[in-house]
Order: sequence, then C-alpha cells, then structure tokens
Amino acid sequence: MSAVPHDVAHGHDHHDDHHHGPTGLMRWITATNHKDIGTMYLIFSFIMFLSGGVMALTLRAELFQPGLQVVQPEFFNQLTTMHGLVMVFGAIMPAFVGFANWMLPLMVGAPDMAFARMNNWSFWLLPPAAILLIGSFFVPGGATAAGWTLYAPLSVQMGMGMDMAIFAIHIMGASSIMGAINIVVTILNMRAPGMTLMKMPLFCWTWLITAYLLIAVMPVLAGAVTMVLTDRHFGTTFFNAAGGGDPVLYQHVFWFFGHPEVYIMILPAFGIVSQIIPTFARKPLFGYASMVYATASIAILSFVVWAHHMFTTGMPAKTQIFFMYATMLIAVPTGVKVFNWIATMWRGSMTFETPMLFSVGFIFVFTLGGFTGLMLSIAPVDIQYQDTYFVVAHFHYVLVAGSLFALFAGTYYWLPKWTGYMYDEKLGKRHFWLSMIFFNVTFFPMHFLGLAGMQRRVPDYNPMFADFNELATVGAFGFGLTQLLFAYVIIKCIRGGEKATAQVWEGAEGLEWTVPSPAPHHTFEVPPVFEAKGHHH
Amino acid sequence: MTNNAALLMKKTVQAAAGLGGIFAASATWAANSKYNFQEPASRMAADIHDLHMWMIWICLIIFVVVFGFMFYSIYAHRKSKGAVAAQFHESTTVEILWTVIPVLILVGMAWPATKTVLAQKDTTNADITIKATGYQWKWGYDYIKGEGEGIAFVSTLSTPRGQLEFGEYPGENYLLEVDNPVVVPIGKKVRILTTAQDVIHAWWVPALGVKQDAIPGFIRDTWFRADREGVFRGVCAELCGKDHGYMPIEVHVVSEEKYAAWVAAQKQKSAAPAAAAAQPAPASAS
Ligand code: HEM
Ligand SMILES: [Cu+2]
Ligand SMILES: [Cu+2]
Repeated sequence: MSAVPHDVAHGHDHHDDHHHGPTGLMRWITATNHKDIGTMYLIFSFIMFLSGGVMALTLRAELFQPGLQVVQPEFFNQLTTMHGLVMVFGAIMPAFVGFANWMLPLMVGAPDMAFARMNNWSFWLLPPAAILLIGSFFVPGGATAAGWTLYAPLSVQMGMGMDMAIFAIHIMGASSIMGAINIVVTILNMRAPGMTLMKMPLFCWTWLITAYLLIAVMPVLAGAVTMVLTDRHFGTTFFNAAGGGDPVLYQHVFWFFGHPEVYIMILPAFGIVSQIIPTFARKPLFGYASMVYATASIAILSFVVWAHHMFTTGMPAKTQIFFMYATMLIAVPTGVKVFNWIATMWRGSMTFETPMLFSVGFIFVFTLGGFTGLMLSIAPVDIQYQDTYFVVAHFHYVLVAGSLFALFAGTYYWLPKWTGYMYDEKLGKRHFWLSMIFFNVTFFPMHFLGLAGMQRRVPDYNPMFADFNELATVGAFGFGLTQLLFAYVIIKCIRGGEKATAQVWEGAEGLEWTVPSPAPHHTFEVPPVFEAKGHHH
Repeated sequence: MTNNAALLMKKTVQAAAGLGGIFAASATWAANSKYNFQEPASRMAADIHDLHMWMIWICLIIFVVVFGFMFYSIYAHRKSKGAVAAQFHESTTVEILWTVIPVLILVGMAWPATKTVLAQKDTTNADITIKATGYQWKWGYDYIKGEGEGIAFVSTLSTPRGQLEFGEYPGENYLLEVDNPVVVPIGKKVRILTTAQDVIHAWWVPALGVKQDAIPGFIRDTWFRADREGVFRGVCAELCGKDHGYMPIEVHVVSEEKYAAWVAAQKQKSAAPAAAAAQPAPASAS
C-alpha cells in the first residue's frame, strides 16, 4: 500500500523535490506538491473573488438609484454575466479544489495527491482561462452579455467575447475534470491503512461525491457551449428553429449540467462544516452514516431536477409535476443534514471561535436559502418568482452564505495548520459579524423586490423599488469592504503571530492534526496508522 | 441628502430588527404589497398568492422549531457555562422521525400545488386569443380569435426620453408604460400565445398570475381571466439583450361595453389601410 502512492507522488526523475527544489517563481510553476498547489488555488480564487466583487459593486452602484448613472445597459449586462461566470468558475469552484488539495492528503494520510504532475497542469490551466475570460472585456463588442447561463439564441448573437468565454469554459472544464479524477483516485487508493471508507472524515466523502458530479457534468457543459460555438460560426442550427433546431434544447443541456453544478458548489461546503461543528462542540458528528447517505442521495437526485429552472418555458403539466416532486424531495436529505448538525451541537460543550461562528452562521443563513429553494420548487408559484430578484436573493443565500461562508469557516479552521500561526481571533470574529450583517442587509431586501415585481438582469427600475435597492447597495459596499479585512487577517497570520500547536483546536480530531503546524512540505511519507476513535463506529 | 441618509438609517435599523425575528411581522407583511406579491387580479393569481403564503407559513413554523433548538443549544450548551459534552452520536428513532415528518410536510405542499399546475395548464375554451410576439425590444400583439379578431399593433415603451436619458425625476410608471396597451374584457378567458422573432423573451404580468417564455420559432400558451378592472403592468422577464429592461407590458382590463367600444375604434383605425389592401392578412397562428 505504501509504495504505490510514494511512487506516483514523486514520479521517477524528481527525487530532489523536498523542501527546496526550484526556488522563486519556478517553485510555483513547476510545483507538484499538493500544499503548494493548494495554496495557488486559494490565492487564485481569492483574486477572482475580488474581481467578481468589483463587478458586483459596479452593478450595485448602478442600481443605487433609478435612472442610469454609472454604466450603460450593454455594459451592465456584460458585468452581470462576467460577475456570475467569474464567481462560479473562478472563485467558488477553485477555492474548494484548493481545500481538497491541501487537506485531502492530510486527512487520509497520503503523501500527496495521486497524480502530482497532472495536478500542476490542472492548476496552471486556470490562469490562462481567467485571462481569456477577463480579457474579453477589452475586445471589440466587449464581454459576453448573455447572462452566466449563456442562453441561446442570445449567446449566438454576441461578439467575439462570447467565443473567448466559450474557450475559457472549455479550459476550466478540463481543469475541473483533471482535478476531480485526482481527487477520486487519491481518496479511493491512498487512504492510510485502517481508514475504511466509512471511517474517513466527512469532508473526504463530500469531495468524493462532488468529484463524480464534476466528471459527469463538466463534459455536458462543454457540449452545450460547443454547440453554441458551431451555431455561431459553422452554420449548424442546434438552437435555431428555422434550421430544425430548438432554443429550449440549450436550456435542457445547460441545466443538466447546471443543477448538479450547484451541488458541486455546496457539497464540499457541507463537508467543511461537518468537520468544524464536532470540533467546537467537542462531540462526535451526529449521524455520520446518514450524512454520507444524504450526500449521495442529494447527488443522485440532482440529475433529475434540472427542468425546475425551466418551468416558464412552457412544458406539459405532467413534466412540470415530475420535476416539482423530484425537486421537493431534495429537501429531505438536505433537512437531514441540518438536523444532524444541530444534533451534533446539542448537549455539546461549545465554544465560538471564528470557524464555529461561520459554521453556525452558515447553517442559519443557508437554511433560509433552503426555505426559499423549497418555495421555488412549487412550480405554479415558481413561475411568478422565476427571473426576479427573489431568485437573486435565493441563490446568493445559498452561494454566499452557503459556499462562501463555509470557505471562510474552513480557512480560519485550517489556517493555523497552513501557516503555523494563530490568526487574530478578535479580527476574525469582527469579519464574521460584519459579513453576516452586511450580507443580510444586501440580500434580504431582494426577496421583497422580486415579489413586488422587479425582474433580474436590468440596469434600471421603477422608483417604487428605490428604497430596497438603496439598502442593498449600501449593504453590498459594506460586505465588499469587509472582505478587505479578511485579506488583512490572512496576511497578518502568514507574517506571524502566536505559534500554533499541532493540535490547534482542543476538540479537533483527525490525521491532519497529528502533523506539526505549519504542516511540513512532505507529510505522511510513511503511511500513518489510523485508529478510529471509539465513538465513530 | 440628509433626508436620504435618515431614510437609510431607518431602513438599516428595520433590517437589523428584521434579522432578529425575520418573519415575525409576516401578518402585516402579507397585506402590504410592497413586501409581497402584487394584489391578485385573477383567480389564478389569487391561488398562486395563497399557495405562496401557505409555503411561507409552513417554512416559518419549521424555522421557529429548528432554530429554536439551535439557539437554545447555543445558549445552554456552552463550555463557558460548564457544559460537559455528551458523547451520543446516533439515534435510529430520531433519524427516522426527521426523515418521515418532512416527507409528510412535503405531501401537504404538493397536493395544492398539483391542483394549481393542472388549472394553470388548462388553456382550452378561451373566449379571446391574443398572440404576443417578442422583438428586441418591443411586443407585437395580434388578436386572433374571439371579439376583436384581426386587431394587431405594436407596443413599445412610452417613458419620455427626458426621464430615460437626461435624468429628469422618474414618473410614477417609469419603465412600466407603453404607447399601445393590451385591452381585454373583464371576466373573459383570455388565452395568450407567445412567440418571438429573435431571441427568447418572457411575457409577464404579475397581478394576472401569468408568465410565459416567448420562444423564437415556437408557440407556447398561457391564460388568464381578470376579475377586476384596472391597469396591470408587467415586464419582459427573460434576458433578451441590451434593452431587456425597456420592453414593458401593460394590460387594461375593462368592462365588456368599454371593450366593445375599443374594438370598434381599433377596427375603424385600421379600416382605411385595410380597405386598400383588401383583407388584412390573417395572423399566422398554428
Ligand atoms: C459582494 C457580494 C456580492 C454581491 C453584492 C453580488 C451582487 C450581484 C448582483 C447585483 C447580481 C445581478 C443580479 C441580476 O441583475 O440578475 C448578481 C448576480 C449573480 N451573482 Fe452575485 N453578488 C455577490 C457575490 C456573489 C458570489 C460570491 C457568487 C458565488 C457564486 C455570486 C453569484 C452570482 C451569480 C451566479 C449571478 C447571476 C449572474 C447572471 O444573472 O447571469 N455572487 N450578483
Ligand atoms: Cu437547480
Ligand atoms: Cu427581455
């Protein structure tokens, strides 16, 4: 068992790759060490998060008052589209892959990811993709303005920025698939002796399932955008009725990718939160097995609900009813997760350091997004919510307060392991409270805007929507500025601070806490012996 | 400015208060359309509104119960209070319970929802059929069956340029007003066929409870029966390019007599050109 990962991780001609192989820039360009690659993913995604954030704030500035003050409608649509694409493909997804790279080998007791060179390649595909995507703002016609969903035939009308976005998506998709294969193989083949599947940390489980989702749906997205590409340039008519095609076909294919995609962005978040809550409740995770089954059921169900994004396209009643029921069913395993977390907290001995604050905040606010999700599953009512600010509120509750808050929680949780220093707890807590308050000030009013009739993806609106929009803009700027505080806390922690112990957190359990802090460049070159604590199973 | 700041302060305080008991004021909230769906003007819209409120109440109850447990635990089970961690980590009974109860709740939601879907999809026996065609960026209407048959016009945004481009203070119906509104009689079943010329648009009038994508090359349908007179405003609800925010929909629901008069006036307007070109080409429904 031990020889195999060893070999794979180091390749054959690369035995000098301990602490200091190549230095300077070359260290990063040639990096094959999972920790270096993890760090690069995290930095990349933070840069993309800030870029997407600047776009969001420009949108919010325009929406501060009725009338056009800051940008013209065309550019507004470009910003909306690019904000969505950058946040989804540039910020959230790579950030979770960064966590996977850093933590999975440490959690399963492996020396590195299974395919270390491919790992380098999956990361280094991302910067060129980002340059293509963001560079498209500067070509004639500007970036694509068809919305992050890139619906045909609107996307067929766009300028060359659309082609650049398509290629960027191809490249990012390839990167995701390679990353996912690496994760699957690492988890399945490189666990320490004694760590059976049902004993591995839940974060590994959620990533294992997520990786399968990625492998299954990224090619579907690639197919959808390639059909757009050939419709644009090579005379095909997949989405053009005049040539026997159908615009709605695009939506079916896109959402067959799109719905599993939302679980790709939330399952690893569930994993992170499931690591953190037991630590700070000093009590084992409640219902470990049911957590695994719930995750798997969510993943399977996610393949049969896609048309809930398409209720307004006008489908037969039976089809609507099928997709409505299937979607409602997802609430059951999702509910099980929330109940399990709360049962883990119940009669624990809790403390509320920043990772725990973000995790509890996650449960609270993500669940609100879950409630609106349940409301959206009701087809006849969804038809009224669809494409309004109610939906914008819903998906920011699950993406920002869900995925992003879990990423913050995980960052604070493992930061001492990464840097060897404790972060500034006071500032961390302040980051949490400011994020939590400003998040709600920004997005809660959007529910009302949507219900009252404000459609999404517009730069201007009737004055009756003015006050909630003003409030949302104030909140958004507060939220944006708060993230600079986050950057400051991280930089401060990298620079120094109180020395972190190997254990870091009193209640922490798992192999990652058995290596020193900061985790040395090479860990688990000899597989550790994994002894499950009695109370796991 | 200070006025604005004061308003913002007030809103911020309100939002903060809202966070404590987010749904606490939902009774007044339900009555005030600023915070909720527009007042329904059709039976379908009323059903949708009821379903929506039903969902909110169920979610509210679950919210209170679930987070009641969580916040009690946060309050009571703290290390700083000397709480000692229990070590239990599963309970088959509890786990079965909290799987089965949600399923039952879902059935309680699915039942009325299914009935509404079936009603919504029943576009048969319409009194009047109107085809709405989405263009970048305006709507075209053809009355193709029932009283008013043959009427056709294009409907575009009528907000004055001064407000749109030169920052004059926006009027009450800013971005929600058109030159030629759709006129329909009260109490009649109106079937709307939607299609589009270029990209996908969506025909949405919230108070009537209808939203239907308009898809180029295809025809889809929806229907409504207005139960009160008035002017109901909606917008295009599918991103359709640069001026997506500038192609509103305005529906005037009038009495049967007024409708007859409107039809007569429209016919007269088009009589002159129609006489010259023999018959107006029948609208191409399929
Ligand atoms: C600073 C925080 C954020 C603010 C203020 C913000 C604001 C906005 C705004 C104003 C829109 C346009 C809504 C519309 O007109 O339809 C939007 C859309 C969107 N946002 Fe955010 N956002 C933020 C963070 C995020 C994050 C972290 C994600 C994570 C994935 C995200 C994902 C999206 C998506 C997918 C869209 C839809 C884009 C589209 O309509 O094509 N946002 N956001
Ligand atoms: Cu979905
Ligand atoms: Cu539109």
